[in-house]
Amino acid sequence: MRLLRDLVRTPEGAIGLGILTALVLVALFAPVLSAGDPLRIAGRALLPPFTDPAFPLGTDRLGRDVLAGILHGTRTSLSVGLAAALAAIAIGLCVGLTAGFAGGLVDEGLMRVVDAFQIVPSFLLALAFVSVIGASVPVVVLAIALGAWADPARLTRAQVLSIRERDYVASARVIGMHPAEIAFREILPNALPPVLALSAIIVAAAILTEAALSFLGLGDPNVVTWGSMIAEGRNILRSSPSLSIFPGIALVVTVVGVYLFSEGLTKALGGRRLEP
Amino acid sequence: MTLLTIENLSKRFSSGGREVAAVSDVSLTLEPGETLGLVGASGSGKSTLARILMRLLPADAGAIQFEGKDWLTLSGAELRRHRARMQMVFQDVLGAFNPRATVASVLDDPLRIHAIVPKAERPRAIAALLDRVGLPASYAERSIRDVSGGQRQRIAIARAIATKPSLIVLDEAVSALDVSIRGKILELLVELQEERGISYLFVSHDLAVLRAVSHRIAVMETGRLVETGPMRQVIENPQSPAAKALIGAVPRLVTEPTEGPSHDV
Ligand SMILES: Nc1ncnc2c1ncn2[C@@H]1O[C@H](COP(=O)(O)OP(=O)(O)OP(=O)(O)O)[C@@H](O)[C@H]1O
Ligand SMILES: [Mg+2]
Repeated sequence: MRLLRDLVRTPEGAIGLGILTALVLVALFAPVLSAGDPLRIAGRALLPPFTDPAFPLGTDRLGRDVLAGILHGTRTSLSVGLAAALAAIAIGLCVGLTAGFAGGLVDEGLMRVVDAFQIVPSFLLALAFVSVIGASVPVVVLAIALGAWADPARLTRAQVLSIRERDYVASARVIGMHPAEIAFREILPNALPPVLALSAIIVAAAILTEAALSFLGLGDPNVVTWGSMIAEGRNILRSSPSLSIFPGIALVVTVVGVYLFSEGLTKALGGRRLEP
Repeated sequence: MTLLTIENLSKRFSSGGREVAAVSDVSLTLEPGETLGLVGASGSGKSTLARILMRLLPADAGAIQFEGKDWLTLSGAELRRHRARMQMVFQDVLGAFNPRATVASVLDDPLRIHAIVPKAERPRAIAALLDRVGLPASYAERSIRDVSGGQRQRIAIARAIATKPSLIVLDEAVSALDVSIRGKILELLVELQEERGISYLFVSHDLAVLRAVSHRIAVMETGRLVETGPMRQVIENPQSPAAKALIGAVPRLVTEPTEGPSHDV
């Protein structure tokens, strides 16, 4: 709660939180705001935006409602982005904690794997993964997570290594605390905040990766996504640019919202740590 | 019976291809109820010695007898159990506490881990500990970050005495404190010693502090113990160049004027 207050006090945090709250509400209530399948043919094809109150943002080449697509696309973008980031953070935390606590050969081995994943561009990895296994939402989530877990793993390990040397950990050992309790009560909670601040960046990157995969036709064909809408509009970019522009704006707003939120979060966490 | 015997303790660090003998061949003893002041210039190996003694660092060579036990061979659950008898107070009054801790949790840890009082009676035991170090019981609910440096060091002392140890190692325990608060903390430590017969290994680079609490003083220089003796003797009649240099650096220690700081340093 105190974190939330600190967060809202920073302008970035307040704007970011506002945007994200609005997006989450849209994602939750998309079926209410626009009933029915967003992929169904709803009206005349290529209706320009702001002409028909029934289709405020117009329709695409097949006569599908652009606004409905954007509203439902919010669901896909946010859920894929969040799920992928959650998976990446979970993998990264496990690997980073194991490496940091175990040390020695285990640490060496795990960190070489992390190196390998960091060297391969994460988008290529996701691309290869989806092309081989086939496009569906779980595969896309996993593909994005595979390219994103290395950073949190490295950060978690660095945090553990630094906190392990603090006096309060020495004090816990001196008092006779069990090593497992030291790991989970003394070290882990203090290692987490920077990793969580990083998670917002991972969410933003995951949303962009998902859009790029969909743009290349490697998203799940059964759900509407902003990336696939932009790709659709690309073929007739000259005559109806709005078909690509509206989902593009949605994407930009989301990513900027996530970035602002993460900036605010970092500041709020940083301010707390500086307090005496 | 001697409480603590350190025999030929050595520890080397190699960092960046450079070998440092942080502790070489140190031997000393400590009696029950006695305070040994350990003094030496920065980097002379005082903290390394203290950390080896606390089993926070492994030694390269040497042996330690503590309460009749071969202290360096204890391990695992047995070591954790015996840690109750030897406690430590750290220099950094902020860094020595988990930033998420409350005063109550800091004092609850030792009581819980060593099953010193049953759960239901712990709040009362915590209040008693706080009272013993001169803090009101209402402090228990506070975050450790919401108390002052001097109060934090009182809490660290309360945590250290919670397990009823026979030895407390204090590594620069008052160096970070205001001079006015420093005197009060030293008074508290001396009181506790008289009351409970605790021994202190008091590490400091400040001879004025050591003079106030020590029975004996040991002087370290580049990892070696160069002089050990009764406090008065070491301060008034130092034998080693290292001790002379340390005493020369604190003019107010010497009551009568001498020929000024020795320049054979
Ligand atoms: N973890 C470490 N790795 C490498 N060298 C170390 C390590 N810890 C201590 N040293 C070195 O060992 C020597 C003794 O250090 P130590 O901290 O014990 O000195 P000290 O007497 O406590 O000094 P101070 O008064 O500054 O606290 C120093 O040369 C130091 O650089
Ligand atoms: Mg030191």
